[in-house]
Amino acid sequence: MQVKRSEILPGVWLSYLQSDKFKTACLSLSLLTQLKRETASLNALIPFVLRRGTTRYEDMEALSSRMDELYGAVIEPVVRRIGEIQCLGFYASIPEDDFLPAGTRVLPAACELLGELLLSPATRGGLLRQAYVESEREKLVERIRARVNDKIGYALSRCLEEMCCFEDFSVSRYGSEESAAAIYYTKLTKHYRALLQTSPIEIFYCGRAEEPTLVAALREALATLPRGEVDYDIGTDVRLNAIEAQPRFAEEHMDVAQGKLVMGFRLGESMEEPDPAVLTVFNCLYGGGTTSKLFMNVREKLQLCYYASSLLDWHKGLLLVNAGIEPGRFEEARDEILAQLDALRRGEISDEELQAARAAVASDLRSLTDSQGELEGFTLSQTIDGLDYGPMELAALCEEVGKEELIAVAKNVECDMIYYLSGEEDEDDADDDAAL
Amino acid sequence: MPMTMRRFDALGETLYEAVLPNGLRLAVVPKPDFASGYAVFATDYGGAHRRFTLAGETHDTPAGVAHYLEHKMFDLPGGDNAMELLSANGADPNAFTSAGMTAYFFLCTGKFEENLRLLLHFVSIPYFTEETVQKERGIITQEILMGEDEPGTRHYYDFLRMLYAHHPVRDQVAGTVESIQAITPETLYACHRAFYAPGNMALCVEGPIDPERVFAIAQEELGALSGEAPEADFGEEESLLPIETFRLLEMPVSAPQFLIGAKFRPEKGGEALLRQRLVSQLALRVLFGASSPFYTRLYAEGLLNRDYSYEASFTAGTGTVIIGGESRDAQAVLRALQEQIEAVCREGLDSERFERARRASYGSRLRGLEDFESVCLAEVSGLFRGYCAFEAPALLAGITKAECEAFLLETLAPERLAMAVMQAKKE
Repeated sequence: MQVKRSEILPGVWLSYLQSDKFKTACLSLSLLTQLKRETASLNALIPFVLRRGTTRYEDMEALSSRMDELYGAVIEPVVRRIGEIQCLGFYASIPEDDFLPAGTRVLPAACELLGELLLSPATRGGLLRQAYVESEREKLVERIRARVNDKIGYALSRCLEEMCCFEDFSVSRYGSEESAAAIYYTKLTKHYRALLQTSPIEIFYCGRAEEPTLVAALREALATLPRGEVDYDIGTDVRLNAIEAQPRFAEEHMDVAQGKLVMGFRLGESMEEPDPAVLTVFNCLYGGGTTSKLFMNVREKLQLCYYASSLLDWHKGLLLVNAGIEPGRFEEARDEILAQLDALRRGEISDEELQAARAAVASDLRSLTDSQGELEGFTLSQTIDGLDYGPMELAALCEEVGKEELIAVAKNVECDMIYYLSGEEDEDDADDDAAL
Repeated sequence: MPMTMRRFDALGETLYEAVLPNGLRLAVVPKPDFASGYAVFATDYGGAHRRFTLAGETHDTPAGVAHYLEHKMFDLPGGDNAMELLSANGADPNAFTSAGMTAYFFLCTGKFEENLRLLLHFVSIPYFTEETVQKERGIITQEILMGEDEPGTRHYYDFLRMLYAHHPVRDQVAGTVESIQAITPETLYACHRAFYAPGNMALCVEGPIDPERVFAIAQEELGALSGEAPEADFGEEESLLPIETFRLLEMPVSAPQFLIGAKFRPEKGGEALLRQRLVSQLALRVLFGASSPFYTRLYAEGLLNRDYSYEASFTAGTGTVIIGGESRDAQAVLRALQEQIEAVCREGLDSERFERARRASYGSRLRGLEDFESVCLAEVSGLFRGYCAFEAPALLAGITKAECEAFLLETLAPERLAMAVMQAKKE
């Protein structure tokens, strides 16, 4: 399984992966742009507005009916943040012709529709339709507000916001409620046109089609793409160390029965020349899986929480620990999470723990090749980092990671931010000295 | 050849099936091109199976036993934990308990046979002590409390309580903080004996695996076990009318959420049940799917957004249609839904729309075949109820518009509908 990369139009790159494992093909198209407070909401709104209608299929009923005709091909807007790069576009899943009535050819029609969505939106007087922009703007505002509904996700994003308050990384992929609410259709049209001119475009395909067939269909679908000077000067600013000598602390109260604790760490010098294999194994060892230090000790042995796990963002150089804790046990949980990190720093890593962590991440990476969606995400992320190896190679590297490399990562990790979302009455223990 | 092979050429799939002499049903879907293998070992036992009869004796158990049992099954005699052993072996193990099923499963890319043996072994060997059962109570209490913070979960159970008067599907699968106090090692042993008998279980495997090896391993690990399957008692048959037609729930959510739905009588099993599943899903897609006038118009008017779904769910002998989403005016959504039903009553479903939906439904079934977990769980549900999920795409071609109309008009008749709205407390 080898991804082939080529520039099919100026600044339009195709990552092509031929595979006949699947029943549907995956085709995604992403415009890459720098994540900034001022433009995040504008960018995020674009694919949703485009998905409302094209010149040929003017409204959602017509568009979705067309997709039904193509045997339930699905083309949906996607907005992501990879490090400090905002990626916006579409993700399509297209039934493979081999499983459709003889002679059916869905892929060219699906490429054509994707091109129309990107380049031929329903307009009035040359501008994106005001009604579509305003309706999607309201939905974007609702979507941003909706983050409060998922308390775990809310706590994670609040910790990041506080921790990276001086960095663009604190901007969510959808931007802020205020900036979304202020979008006007004339300005959005201008922004959309500029973005088409300058953004690098990444296309990913995984399926049965031969490369020349696909490239021809894509070139035709994107023939009217207006291109100016493509802006490749985009990237992620990595901050190695904590902002203050002691971790900062923030607390919020909400009507929750269970406290949500999130601790944000910087990876320190490990980010000078980041090694994804070592960082991935480290994350698994500390809190990434069911054999991790956090799961085994904080959850199972001490029963301080219902869940305790860690997440890694190696683009930005961050590690987040995430725990659901019983009211009143904030300090105990926080101290134990830090104590487990100290244990790693002291090299308390058994052969079983090391082996389990290496095996788990290697297995996860290998299974990733069985899912088009995961292959797509992995490939986009590798492309942005300028890395050219695939999941199988990374899996093999993970199996070689040694104890000393992991201890070094643990020693470099610095806690920068502690965030606690607690119940209305749970104020007994999160007092002023809670920030260590 | 102890296994029978069935080819589904149009789908490019092959299925191997067998039943062990002790009644265990098993199915294997070989996928030589894939890196990972998936196995699920499941019992036809979930949160709703609280009252049952075994060997002439009726048992009543507290809410939450099936889920409690799931948590404790990972303990092995000698202090080992199956979750850790599987993880240490490179597998990604997990389990879930729903109202109608308990399933244990793993995904792995190496040592598949070893992991499969471990799965079959730990699920079939109960080992509980006072101490470990007591210790788990804290963890499960936390899980129940977490569900209470989860607006979606609260809303869902509130809605089921409006529809169902006494069927245990209306209660939280995990039970309540109070109900789980009554669970002892003896309760767990008794329920394991009853519901984890081979005749009440099924194994399904998909991946780069030789079906004959799966059969041989299942025979070696489980062949000596026996036991009759219990008879579940869900109580008297429920009326098809809801108990309450409207309820308002206050939770801290950013925008009001609605659930609209109704009960229907599911077929008992076999192809009739599979057909009913297809009819209900296709009927709902035509009327409420992404390309329907209902959804697209309400979306354009700002009354619906992408947080929207519809389904016909079949669990523990119940059938429930649920249409849910976010809306600032749930009453308007309900009215629009009723107008759609009235239009079906007057004019029937639109033929072109119906054929397009059938195509789209076929495509989405193809897409569903990509995911080992959903394939295997659908297969296991079929094994429990006597149908084969792989037959669905072929059967879909024969579903008629009239069947779909009949389903919609009966199930979503005005007197059958209920709606639960959840919104933030008005300051």
